[in-house]
Amino acid sequence: MQMTVSPAKLDNGIGASKEAPATFIESVRTFADQRRSFWIVISLAILFAAWEMAGRIPISFAFPTFFETVAAFAEMVADGSMHRAYFLTLQPLLLGVVLSAVIGIALGVAMGLSDKAEWLLAPVFIVLQAAPMAALVPLVTFVYGIGLTAKTLAVIMLALPVIVLNSYKAVRHVNPSLVDMCRSFQGTRLQQIFKIIIPDASPVLFAGLRLGIAAGFIGVMLAELLITPTGIGDLITYHRSVANYAHMYAAVASIIAVSTLTLAGLQYVETHWLRPEKRRK
Amino acid sequence: MANPALARSSAGVTAVTSNDPVVQVCDVCKNYRDVEALRGINLEFERGKLTTLLGPSGCGKTTLLKIIAGLVPATSGEIRVNGRAVTGPGPERAFVFQDFALMPWATVLRNVAFGLELKGVVSAERNRIARRYIEQVGLAGFEEKYPHELSGGMRQRVGIARAFAVNADVLLLDEPFSAVDEQNRRKFQEDLLRLVEQEKKTFIFVTHSIEEAVYVSDRIVLLSPRPGRISQVIDPMIDRSASPDDIRRDAGYLDVVEEIWQGLRQYAE
Amino acid sequence: MTLFGTRIPMMTSLIFWLLVWEIVGQLELMFLIPPVTSIIAAGIDLVQTGSWQSASMITLRSFVYGMALSIVVGVPLGVLMGRVKVIDNICGLWVNMFVSAPLSALVPILMILFGLGETTVFVTVFLFAVWIIVLDARAGVMQVPTSLVEMGRSYGASRWTIFTKIILLSALPEILAGIRIGLIRGVKGVVIGQILVSVIGYGELFELYSRNFDMERFWALTMLLFVVAMLLSAGVEHFEKRIEYYAGAR
Repeated sequence: MQMTVSPAKLDNGIGASKEAPATFIESVRTFADQRRSFWIVISLAILFAAWEMAGRIPISFAFPTFFETVAAFAEMVADGSMHRAYFLTLQPLLLGVVLSAVIGIALGVAMGLSDKAEWLLAPVFIVLQAAPMAALVPLVTFVYGIGLTAKTLAVIMLALPVIVLNSYKAVRHVNPSLVDMCRSFQGTRLQQIFKIIIPDASPVLFAGLRLGIAAGFIGVMLAELLITPTGIGDLITYHRSVANYAHMYAAVASIIAVSTLTLAGLQYVETHWLRPEKRRK
Repeated sequence: MANPALARSSAGVTAVTSNDPVVQVCDVCKNYRDVEALRGINLEFERGKLTTLLGPSGCGKTTLLKIIAGLVPATSGEIRVNGRAVTGPGPERAFVFQDFALMPWATVLRNVAFGLELKGVVSAERNRIARRYIEQVGLAGFEEKYPHELSGGMRQRVGIARAFAVNADVLLLDEPFSAVDEQNRRKFQEDLLRLVEQEKKTFIFVTHSIEEAVYVSDRIVLLSPRPGRISQVIDPMIDRSASPDDIRRDAGYLDVVEEIWQGLRQYAE
Repeated sequence: MTLFGTRIPMMTSLIFWLLVWEIVGQLELMFLIPPVTSIIAAGIDLVQTGSWQSASMITLRSFVYGMALSIVVGVPLGVLMGRVKVIDNICGLWVNMFVSAPLSALVPILMILFGLGETTVFVTVFLFAVWIIVLDARAGVMQVPTSLVEMGRSYGASRWTIFTKIILLSALPEILAGIRIGLIRGVKGVVIGQILVSVIGYGELFELYSRNFDMERFWALTMLLFVVAMLLSAGVEHFEKRIEYYAGAR
């Protein structure tokens, strides 16, 4: 999954054009080629303009314009309800993702390293990843009520399978020649795992983590809409029930934006700090 | 057939003996399930010499090298290094990989020092040794670069420096120059000869290039495919004191190349 | 895994887990986990009821419509993005964003726009499935080897012929892979849409069973869904394998 934001490319654009372009169109074109941010602005502008127009027509009584939504968002930030909602939503999300990451990477790596663990666990997680786990979310309430535990569990149920399977694939696809290299220098099994297998698998491990976080966002929203009306889910449900559609849209758009920015940020961290060999690509 | 370059050319699967063998291959066979990859290999590798395993693809030359390295178990037979039978990799052998096998997340320095790192050598000491070999393979100044910043030829120099850094008696090179372009390849071959001269180590070299084998080897072992067997052993007896260009034009050199080609052409296609 | 020299197929461990489940169920440790045998019995019972059959019809209908629309929209959009730079630049951001966005948060909006009915579920399926189909079609078109296109041009093929006979066919493995993942996401979408709408199809049944603590039927329905999801994905994978021979040789 490739996020379009590529901050590395932003720097290249500054002061790079040497010969003066002949026409306006050409100069726009060279500018666009050099700066990715140009296209980000354009595509945001197009969608927001379409949104604004659809709201002005209006295509539905429940379809606020873009500016109304922005105003509603600003209002909710100003009166603090946005902060409180995110405080409640991000808790189970963070807890669930951290737990899924720790358990998921451990299980996945174990499955990659041991044939017995693979036999025992891989089919279960293959089924769980392909299956609509969302159907099981209502069950959680029976055991854990409607508190933080239930929401955290909903996050884990959606995030864990994808993290496990990616970690497992990551370990299975480690470059065999590097493993041979480590063996040829008499590396122990532990050295092989920690100095070769895990570093070589880390890009795929990290990609799995990103998918897990995306699934975790789906999970926490499901939990808040289905079982425990708190956090952003509560903002959505409440403003819908009082027909405050602009506020409701603002809450939905904000959670989508937060999840996108989180994932883009993670990708930035991954390519710019974790893997030196990818820095200059 | 009087060829002065072929001082000794023995055909068939007879054991080849030498006075001071450092590596002995005794009756090694290898089967992958139903496929017979190697049959009855008996070889001895003389200390301080460069021996090449040469043959068409599928003759099991890389498999044989990996068996000697202890990376692949033999189905039967045994490998002796300095007279002792070995079952796995050991400190007296170091391997150079066809695809370089460099860790992309580590600098040149850490890659070269990796063999020592695994042995638990402290970092100051292992970096000192690594720097010395980086300089010797001509990569001084590249210590802090990452493999992706180097050309194919330079990457393989890192691989060779890493093998030297652990100070093994025997260096096993698996088609080390096959992923390197032609110009660099020739330069490499010359550098390799210089290293053989300087380091007084035993080299076992796998290649499919006849010219390369004749140019660098003290002895060439020709393998025939399906199943891999020794078909011929040739000592090229090239006068290495001549300049590289003179050697490549030398009649004796060209005769040996022709001789080997005649032996191998039956396996082409 | 191999045991005593014989290879044990991987999927057999599922039988082991079902056995564990059965034992836990028989011990009655948790009312949440009834024995597998009684779940299967409930399942056989369930599929004969009229409510299940009509719920299945509704579910299947929104799934099929949603998938059909996402393929009809997704593949051409992906191909366009792969061929036309401007479209790629404009849509790329949104496609990449929605492919991993928490779309479950969007369902309440769909509910007010399209009502508490099948349309909402159908749109949910579409939104869950379409983005990955777009991205994979785009990737497939973009990685068509230039040598293949140049080959076509050197033999005098027209642009249209190159497009239909080389680019589209060459991108087929990726397009199908996208559709397979889209199908799996579509199943998730239909379930999420229905349990959030909760008055039609399986969503209604789930709501009913969990309110009445009818765990046997709840699990029977869930397992049926799991099995269908697995079968769907296995089916497309099988089809993919049939064209894989040329995916490898490109």
